Amino acid sequence: MSGFAVLVRKELLEASRTLRLQVVAGLFTIVGIGSPLLARYTPELVEALAGDIGIPIPTPTATDAVDQLLKNLAQFGGLAAILLAMGSVATEKERGTAALILTKPVERAAFLGAKLATLAATLGLATALATAGGWLYTAILFEPPSAAGYAALGVLAWLSLVAYAAVTFLASTLTRSALAAAAVGFGALVGLGIASAFPTIGEYLPPGLNAPARALALGEGADPLVPVVATIVLVALCGLAAWASFRRQEL
Amino acid sequence: MTVSAPAEAVATSGLTKHYGPIVALDGLDLSVPAGVVFGLLGPNGAGKTTTIRLLTGLARPTAGRATVAGIAVGVDGAGLRRRIGWLDQDPRFYGWMRGRELLELVGRLHGMDGSDLRRRVGETLGLVGLAAAAERRIGGYSGGMRQRLGIGQAVVHRPDVLILDEPVSSLDPEGRRDLLALVADLRGASTVLFSTHVLADVERICDRVGILDHGRLVTEGPLAALLDAYALPVYRLDPEPGQTAAVERLVAALRGAPWVVEVTAEPGGGLRVAVADPAAAAREILGLVVGAGVALAAYERARPTLEDVFLRLVGRRTGEAAA
Repeated sequence: MSGFAVLVRKELLEASRTLRLQVVAGLFTIVGIGSPLLARYTPELVEALAGDIGIPIPTPTATDAVDQLLKNLAQFGGLAAILLAMGSVATEKERGTAALILTKPVERAAFLGAKLATLAATLGLATALATAGGWLYTAILFEPPSAAGYAALGVLAWLSLVAYAAVTFLASTLTRSALAAAAVGFGALVGLGIASAFPTIGEYLPPGLNAPARALALGEGADPLVPVVATIVLVALCGLAAWASFRRQEL
Repeated sequence: MTVSAPAEAVATSGLTKHYGPIVALDGLDLSVPAGVVFGLLGPNGAGKTTTIRLLTGLARPTAGRATVAGIAVGVDGAGLRRRIGWLDQDPRFYGWMRGRELLELVGRLHGMDGSDLRRRVGETLGLVGLAAAAERRIGGYSGGMRQRLGIGQAVVHRPDVLILDEPVSSLDPEGRRDLLALVADLRGASTVLFSTHVLADVERICDRVGILDHGRLVTEGPLAALLDAYALPVYRLDPEPGQTAAVERLVAALRGAPWVVEVTAEPGGGLRVAVADPAAAAREILGLVVGAGVALAAYERARPTLEDVFLRLVGRRTGEAAA
C-alpha cells in the first residue's frame, strides 16, 4: 500500500503531539492499577460506611481484581476506543486535510489502514499498560496471578476494544461528523453488550471475549478461538466496508 | 523511469459534472499547453473549482474525460498525483505539525528520503520564504504564511503540472504580489493552471486565459489574442462633479450614436465608452460632450483590459462576479 508506512509515522507523531497517546496511556494505567485497589478496599469502605448495620461482605480475592479489571476495561476502555476513533476520518474530511493527503501518491486503502493500525497500536499500548498495572497491584494486594494468563487477558481485552474502535471508524468514514460516528460507536458498545447476554450469539460478539479472558487470567482453561475469530472477522469487515465506501467518496 | 512531457499539460474533452440537478460543469473542452501559466477565469460558481477537483481526482466526472501530464484522470490515480501539485483555495494543514514537517511528509509521500528530501525541503522553504518559520507550528501561521506553505507543499516534488485554486484570494495586497511573483517564477519549470476571479492577477502573470461561465468555456487563448479579438476600443470620460443632468444628457447622446457599443458608469463618476468604430468616435465624441454641456476633468482613449473582454463575454463586471 503506497504511503502506508509514511502515514503510520504521521499518525503516531500526531497521537504523541496532540497528547492523545499520553492521555490514553495514563487513563488505562490508572484503570489497571485502580481495579485491584477497588477490589481490595471497596469491602472495607462499605463496612466502614455501614457502621453497626453489619453487612456481611466476603473477603476480596484475586478473582475480584480480575473481574474489576475486565469490567473497567470494557467500560472506560470502550469509551476511550470510541473517542479515539470518532474523528479519525470524519474530521480529516471535514477539515480538508484528507484532500491534502489524497492528492499525493497515496492509496486510499493506505490512508485508512494507517489510521486503523495506529488506533489498534494506541489501544494495544494502553491495554498493555493497564494489564501490567493490574497484574502488579493484584500481586501486591492479593497473590501473584499467572503472568501468561494476564497477558492473554490483555490481548483479548485489546481485541474487544479494537472491535469497538473499528465500528466507530467505519461510521467515521461513512459520515463527515465525528459526533455521528461516536453515536454509532456508543450504540455498538451498548447494543453488543445487550446482545452478548443471549447465549447463542453472545459467543460470537466482542463481549464474548470476556469469559475466556477471565478464565485465562485466573489460570483456568478456556478456548477463546470462536470469539477471537468472530471479533477479527468483525474488525476486518468494518475495515473493508470503510474502504469500499471511502474509495468512491468525493472529497 | 523518465516520462517525457506531453505537448498538452492538461486536456479535457466534454468534461461534465452534475451535483443533483445542478450542472456545475457542462462539456468542458480545454487544452493547456505545457510550460505556460494558464489563468482559468470566471465568476464565482462558473465551474473553476469543479474543474480543478475533477483534474486532481478529488471528484468524479459525470461525463467526459481529462488528461493531466499525459495521464488519464481516474485511471492511474497514484501516477497522476505523482505528476501534479495542488493548492486549495482555503488550504488546510495539521495545526500540530511544523512547517518543515509538513513538507517532509509530502516529500516522503512522493518517495523522497534522506539527504535528497532534506535538500529539497530546505530549497522549498527558501523559495516560499518560510525558512525562518520552518520549526514553528502551522497552527500559529498567519493566512499568508499558510498560503506560502500551501505553495511549498504543492511544488516540493517539482510537479509537471501545478494546479492552484484561487491561490491569492485570502491575501492582503503585499502577500498577493509576493505569491503571484512566486507563481510567475515557476514558469518554464512547471505548467501552472491557476483559477481566479481577479482579472488583474491574470493579466499580471498568465500567458493564456480561459474564461468559464455557467460551467462552459466561453473562450480560450493567449491574453493578447483575446484582447485583440474581444476588447473593443474604449474611451474614458471623467466629468467634473455636480453635473448630474448634463451627464445624463451625454449618456443618452452617446447611446444614440451608431458607433457606441456600450456606455458604463464607473464607481468614481466616470464614463467608460466602448466603441465599434474608433475613427468615428475620435471625430465625434468631444462634439457630443460639448453638445451635452458637460465639463470634463479628463478624457482619454484607454487601453483595453481583460475586464473589457470579460464584460463583453460574460456580461458581468468582476465586482458583480465576485459578489
